[in-house]
Amino acid sequence: MLKEVASEIKATMGVYESRDDELYGMLAEFTDPGALHDAARSVREAGYRRFDTHSPFPIHGMDKAMGMGNSKVGYITLAGGLIGLALAWWLQWWTGAVDYPINISGKPFFAIEPSIPIMFELTVLFAATAAVVGMFVMNGLPRYYCPLFNSKRFMRVTDDAFFLHIAASDGRFDPEGTEKFLRELGAVAIEIIHDREDPEQTGG
Amino acid sequence: MSTESTAKQLSIPGVDFHTDEPLVHGNLSFHDITELVSYHTEKKTPMGWYAAFSGASLLLLILLVMIAYLFWNGIGVWGLNNPVGWGYAIVNFVFWVGIGHAGTLISAILFLFRQKWRTAINRSAEAMTIFAVICALLFPTIHVGRVWVIFWTLPYPNQMEMWPQFKSPLIWDFFAISVYFMVSLMFWYVGLIPDLATLRDRTTRKLRQKVLGALALGWTGANRHWRNYEKAYLILAALATPLVLSVHSVVSFDFAVSIVPGWHTTIFPPYFVAGAIFSGFAMVVTLMVVARKVFGIEDIITVNHLEKMNIIILLTGSMVGFAYITEFFIAWYSGVHYEQYAFINRAFGPYAWAYWTMLSCNLLFPQFFWIKKLRRSIPFMFVIVILVNVGMWFERFVIVVISLHRDYLPSAWDYYSPTLVDILTLVGSFGLFFTMYLLFLRFLPMVAVAEVKGVLPEAHPHFYKHSGDGQEADHTVGVTPKRDA
Repeated sequence: MLKEVASEIKATMGVYESRDDELYGMLAEFTDPGALHDAARSVREAGYRRFDTHSPFPIHGMDKAMGMGNSKVGYITLAGGLIGLALAWWLQWWTGAVDYPINISGKPFFAIEPSIPIMFELTVLFAATAAVVGMFVMNGLPRYYCPLFNSKRFMRVTDDAFFLHIAASDGRFDPEGTEKFLRELGAVAIEIIHDREDPEQTGG
Repeated sequence: MSTESTAKQLSIPGVDFHTDEPLVHGNLSFHDITELVSYHTEKKTPMGWYAAFSGASLLLLILLVMIAYLFWNGIGVWGLNNPVGWGYAIVNFVFWVGIGHAGTLISAILFLFRQKWRTAINRSAEAMTIFAVICALLFPTIHVGRVWVIFWTLPYPNQMEMWPQFKSPLIWDFFAISVYFMVSLMFWYVGLIPDLATLRDRTTRKLRQKVLGALALGWTGANRHWRNYEKAYLILAALATPLVLSVHSVVSFDFAVSIVPGWHTTIFPPYFVAGAIFSGFAMVVTLMVVARKVFGIEDIITVNHLEKMNIIILLTGSMVGFAYITEFFIAWYSGVHYEQYAFINRAFGPYAWAYWTMLSCNLLFPQFFWIKKLRRSIPFMFVIVILVNVGMWFERFVIVVISLHRDYLPSAWDYYSPTLVDILTLVGSFGLFFTMYLLFLRFLPMVAVAEVKGVLPEAHPHFYKHSGDGQEADHTVGVTPKRDA
């Protein structure tokens, strides 16, 4: 049960388990962002859930094609910002009015007005840190080993190539059927990805 | 480009062209862009780079020697005297912070306004921000006198059972600049990740693979990742926008919250922010004009980009000039003799030369940019932006030194002049800046590769297919034609 939940959560990060025979998934290359966009929609409509597209830049409308909702990074940022605000408030009040009250030109020990700059700065600092850390956590990054890196072809994903990857851990995955389906969608190259160093694959 | 083809471009459904000029010239493919930018980090280091780097690091060495000399002897080696307790150190600090602002403006504010032309320049402008803020952070650090207890500005429980004084603008400033630095660094690094992955996937050298691989964090360009990434990037832009406006406002509080005539004014926050953007853009144009030529990336950083920045220089320069005039009006209108004297002394006192240098460089010369021919002329704009850099340094000199040297009591008046150590420290800070900037140009992609690809018409799925509203795909639409000259 717990293992399944963990597996689901990891799948949202794009981290999939390989099968016992070290099969990780199937990587299909498409010619351009338009073809990839349509393929992703068809894969989604065919009932696949554990799949992802890989591209050198974010493709407009891809979230919708893959059936994904709004990113949750915003909520994490909000939480971070509120913590920063509360911390700055508490810090200035506690140090100024409780722990070390000192009379400076008869000013109040604590007041909101002179506290605003630091409250603002710490809100921004904590919110920004939460956004970045939250983004990394939800993306499962850093992740230095990914079986996709075993593919020589996949190295062009950060240059000008467009890929769709269906994980072997998807319930609908079957090596022959999935390959046939991807061919029908217009994939120009298909590669089986293994979760091991494969001399044949890395060799070309 | 004719209006007809512009109209045709605009007809691509879902693609928003905010500009009537092509963003990228020369019909570059995705791969061409990768090559064009990556090449400069992969080629053999050119001799020119070594020459520039030796010059910059020599200046950096001078800076380090000056700092060592200062630490050994104390701040008496500077030209500070009794009324003028803030000299070059604070002038340089405000100058460098201001330079940094343009980078954040380009990367954050123009991003929120969906100004796609920013993609060509945002990376190098953000780098400039970070290096400028490092230079800025240096000066308040070394000017404190007892630098070995600088950590007392941090709020931490200590054996003295004391806390920083949070009602002081100086501690606000400390927070503002440090937060600005950290957020700018995060923003820059997040933007770099996809491009570091591009370099990682191109290299065959083992060490380079390891270093770039570590920095790229295992980026695979997955859409599940892009989704969170784009959201985080948008949020960072939204956070950096008020942050950048707050930073120079807080810097101006250092002056405005005091009671020194010439400082105690409510116009300072907006006036400082406009001045910061003004000086920062001047520095961006200075660096871009050189970099695009040296690296042969005129197709990515086009004259249109430079022209747009020059328009912003014209706008903010006029705002700054307006603030100069308003200050005079308010000094007269306030009826306070000290204020009135402070401003008459600025324009006609012993530092009149500094005042008129500032006024001509900041208000007068940028007005030439009203003329389209001049703001598109590269040699001409280079001269103007250098003058603006000079003028904005003098603006801070005018504010800091002229206000301090004659305040309420004539018996306390004095004339401030910098020592050689002051001047060499300023010169050396340029060495620090250019050393870091040259290292950046050598080792990191100076243009945001993934973002530039993303603004090509070919990046949009609708470019390729039946768009669903009765329009057939047209591969000629939106392809940027090669411009003649």
